[in-house]
This record gives sequence, structure tokens and C-alpha cells, in this order.
Amino acid sequence: MRTGVFFENYRGEEQLWDSPAARAWMAVFILTVALLPVWGSDYVVAMACIVGIHLVATMGLNITTGSAGLISLSQAAFMGVGCYAISWFAKWGLPFWIALPLAGALAAAIGMLVGLPSLRVKGMYFAIATLAAHFVLSFLFREWTPVTGGPRGVTIPPASFLGMELTGDRRMFYPIFTCALLLGLAAANVTRSYVGRAFVAVRDRDISAEILGVNLLRYKVLAFMLGAFYAGIAGGLLGYFYGAITSEYFSFSLSVFYVAAIIVGGLGRVLGSVLGAVFMTFVPESLRLVSSALSGSLPALATVLLPMGQVVFGVLIIAFLIFEPHGLAQVWARVRRAFHLWPFKT
Amino acid sequence: MTDFYILAEFTLLGLLASGISALLALSFVLVYKGTHVVNFAAGEVMMLGAYLYYTAAVALRMPPAIALPLALVGIALAGVAIEALVLRPLAGQPTIAILMATIGLASLLHGGVEIIWGQDPLEVPALLPRFPVNWGEVMIPGAAIGNFVVASLLIAALVAFFRFSRAGIAMRATASDPVTAATLGVDIRASQRMTWILSGVTGTVAGALIAGSGSVSPALAATALSVLAVVILGGLDSVAGAILASLIVGVLESLTVGYVGGKMRDVFPYLVVLAMLIVRPYGLLGTREIERL
Repeated sequence: MRTGVFFENYRGEEQLWDSPAARAWMAVFILTVALLPVWGSDYVVAMACIVGIHLVATMGLNITTGSAGLISLSQAAFMGVGCYAISWFAKWGLPFWIALPLAGALAAAIGMLVGLPSLRVKGMYFAIATLAAHFVLSFLFREWTPVTGGPRGVTIPPASFLGMELTGDRRMFYPIFTCALLLGLAAANVTRSYVGRAFVAVRDRDISAEILGVNLLRYKVLAFMLGAFYAGIAGGLLGYFYGAITSEYFSFSLSVFYVAAIIVGGLGRVLGSVLGAVFMTFVPESLRLVSSALSGSLPALATVLLPMGQVVFGVLIIAFLIFEPHGLAQVWARVRRAFHLWPFKT
Repeated sequence: MTDFYILAEFTLLGLLASGISALLALSFVLVYKGTHVVNFAAGEVMMLGAYLYYTAAVALRMPPAIALPLALVGIALAGVAIEALVLRPLAGQPTIAILMATIGLASLLHGGVEIIWGQDPLEVPALLPRFPVNWGEVMIPGAAIGNFVVASLLIAALVAFFRFSRAGIAMRATASDPVTAATLGVDIRASQRMTWILSGVTGTVAGALIAGSGSVSPALAATALSVLAVVILGGLDSVAGAILASLIVGVLESLTVGYVGGKMRDVFPYLVVLAMLIVRPYGLLGTREIERL
């Protein structure tokens, strides 16, 4: 807690950013990112788009898993649903700002089906149910050729806005950025509403939550649907961003990637999703950069790059779980507190 | 070939294949029973065991009868290390932490194996002689029978160990109630370490048997995920359930492949898992958990 801050009413306590300085820093941050296509190189903008898409899916999973405690290993499959939905909506000529929420809604509807066992099973068993659902869905992606194009995948015509085709990384950046910003605000607001508190109550002890009047079925399924909705939108954005996609993209390891991102970032907090998505995207990327820099002197390095990434991924997950279980968000909070309390020790 | 023979052949093949999947399922069940961890790295441990067997048999030029015990010693050491470095520090943490730790472990082992042994399939000397068996018009590969026999023997030995030996009884005591077991003087840390060792051993034998009837490659690990169907059907904490369920799933899977088509093999286990979790989540023979506040 910072010294010298006193709230005189509950509204003050509940604010997303509780001081003028925090609001100013947030504005600076959002402006810097918003102007990224102006000052960034092609590479930076493309990476920002990918981070943004991952961020949307991560924030959704952080509601399902972080807030409501339902471990979901099917986030990538819901992204697939969103992506295939977009491929059809785009063919029918729907504008992207209608198609994206629709894709999210479709993913949420399927999420509702997958989430229904949550009343019967929980914890590890529920995680295994979502894992099974992931493999059933990805089997459909692969084999239901008339809808998903099978192994050849689908192509998605570019989105257009006010007559301007949103092709290329620089133009796709703004839809992705806007979605991430709006959905991030929504996620932050969910956590401070009745719904968010109900999620936390369900996570901490579901039977007690039910006794306190939380409708378990409704809130568990709602949490799962919200996560799937975010994943659907992320999948739709992914489709627009790449323009063509195959079923292989929505693999089980992508689902695991998102769970890893919320663990590394911090469970149940939007800041955690942001830090986790950024960090987990940049770790393999920096590995790739380092190895391509060293490839002149060590040509053998290129062949072990992929397994090296897996090793680093595994070590990161285990190390965070053991040494920093609340993730990067906790590190960030510690740094902030150190500045706030300076010159006193925390 | 008549319908009866087709049915008989697929049923027999399924039954015989179930020996290995029972071993793999035991590798899951032992760890869950002993430490309440669903080990998503079981497939990778099996793969590591198969590679250790390959190294002992090919690189060190040992005969299979010496190579397999060497591999078992190696995997036992790995099991102790995993328990001490990954799962022990996470004892008492929420489910998601333990789940992700085993997934992280799986990723770590998978990457490590690919760095050391490469991604290409490696030829492994057969653990058992290869001979086809003909019975009327039904043709059964001899390796399938041999695998089944070895698996059955190992499972019988494990069951006897749990029933009669002091360490086995201590492990069962730890599984059913760690606190009471500790007050009665059972070294629960040693029991849990033993759990990981035994799980690694069963996995390695399964891996060596699979590798022995073909080759070993990193893709071997993926087979273990579909064993989840067996484990969930039988009950996560039931040894007898795992054996029974592996027989049922083995036959059903073989019949599905025979009559519906090979593509269904990819999705069949997961349909079983989903159906089972909705209808009877604790499995055929598992313990029904009753939650009290």
C-alpha cells in the first residue's frame, strides 16, 4: 500500500487507476502503442499485431482460469471456431466489425456446450474434459472439409473499413489494437463487478459460493463462455491478419501456450495477461534472433532451435510456478511498491 | 474371409494391444494414487525410457536382457529427480500449478530428448523374437503376443508388490491417507519417491516394448495422451480399473478402426473421456469423491 493515499468513499477504492499519476502513465502507454505504426519498423508492427492477438486470447483465458478457476485447455480450439466462422462471414460480405462479435458469439456458444460438464466435474477432471474437447474440435477442423477446408485450410478475404482494404500489418494493427483495448477494459471491469466477484468466489470454494447465493451453473458456464468469446475474437483477428490459415495452427500446444502465458503473467489480473502475452511471445522470438545471430559461427544451432524453445518453455513454466507463483504482475507490483515507499524499505 | 474371422482378429488384436496401454495407464494411475498428481509428462517419461533403452542397446551394444535393466535404472534416477526438483516444491499448491508443472516437464523432456537424440526415428533391436501366429484364417503378429505377456507379468508383479511387500503396503497407506500414515511411522517422502520410480519403470517397459516392435521417435510421447481415455474410464485412482478399462478400450478401439475407419482412432479416446466425465466422472472402479465443507 502506498503511503499518503486515503480513500473517502468506495468509488475511490474501486477505480481502475487510483491516482492522477497512474491515469497519466496509462494514457502515455496507450498513446505510445497507438502510434506504433508511425514510429515502429515493419518487424515491430508485425510483432505487435501477433502480441495483440495473443493478448486477446490470453485475457479471455485469464477470466476462465484465473478468475473463475476453471482450467481450460481448449482455448486454441475456440480460436479455431472463431477463425473458421470469420472465413464464412467474410465470404458472405459481412463487415469485420459485425463479423468479429458474431465469431466471438459462436465460439461462446460452443464454449457453453464444452463448459456444461463443469457442473459435474471440477479441477483436474474438468481440465481433462476440456483437453478432450480440444481434440474433438481439432478433429472436426481437420476432417469436416466442406466447412473448414480440411488440411488445406481456408482463405479469408481482407477486412475493409470505410472503403479501405485492411491489408498489411500496418493497417491490420488498428483493428487488433482497438479490440485488445476494448476487451482489456471489459475484462478489467468484469473483475470489479458482481460477476467478477462471483467468479472469484466460485474459484476459491464453489460450495461456499453456492451457499452465499451464487448460481454455480450460471457463473461457471458464463466464465467459460466469456473466455471462449475472447478466443473467438482472437481467432477472427488471426484469420484477418494472416489471410489464410490451416487447422494445424490451432494445436494443443497453442492451448498450453495460453495457460503458460497466464501463469507467467499472473492469474486473475489483466496486467498479468498483458505481461504474460508479451513475455511469452518474445521469449521464442529472442531465442530465434540469438540463434540466427550465432548461426554463422555455430551452424548446428539452427537444428536444435525448436527443441531448445521447448526446453526453455518448460523451464520457464516450472521456474515461475516454484519461484514466482503470482507471476510477472507480482514482480511489477513489487517494483512499484519499492518506488512508492522509497526511501523506506518494503 | 468370413465375418467371424474379421471380428475375431480385430478383437484379439485389440486385446493384445491393451497390455501396453494397461502399463501406460498404470504409469498414470500410480502417480495419481500416490501423490494426487495427474502426470501429463507420463508420455514423455515413457519416451525418455525408450531412448535410454535404445542408447543402452545400440550405443553401448548391450544385449536386450542387460539394456532394459540399465534403462530402468536410468529412468528411476530421472523419476527421483523429477519428484525432488519439480513436484516436491509444489506440494499443496492449487491444481493448476501442478497440472502446468507436469505439462512444463513434458515440454522440457520432449525438447531435451530431441536435442540429444534428434527428431528422426531410430531403429531399435527387438526386445522379443518376431514371429507371426496363424490360427485358422486369423493372423496375429507374435510381437503383439509377446508384448501382452510381458505386460501381464509386470502388472502381476506390481499387484503382488502392493499386496505383500512392506514398501508396497506403505505406499498404499500413503495414498489413502498421508497424515495418518506419517503418524504411524511411514516415511511418506520415500513412498512418494517410490511412486515416481515405479511409474517411470512401467512407462519405460511400455516404451521399450513399443519401440522394440518398430522404432523410437519423439512422436512416441503423443500416444500417451490417448491413454487418458483408459485412465478416466477405469477411474484415476484404481489399478484394477486401469487394467479392466484398457481391455475394454483396446477392443473397442480396434473394432472402431476395423469397422468405421482409421481416422476415428484419433478422436475415439477423447469421445470416451467426454462421455465418461459427464456420466460417471470417477470411472468404473475409481473412488467417488464426496466433498465436505
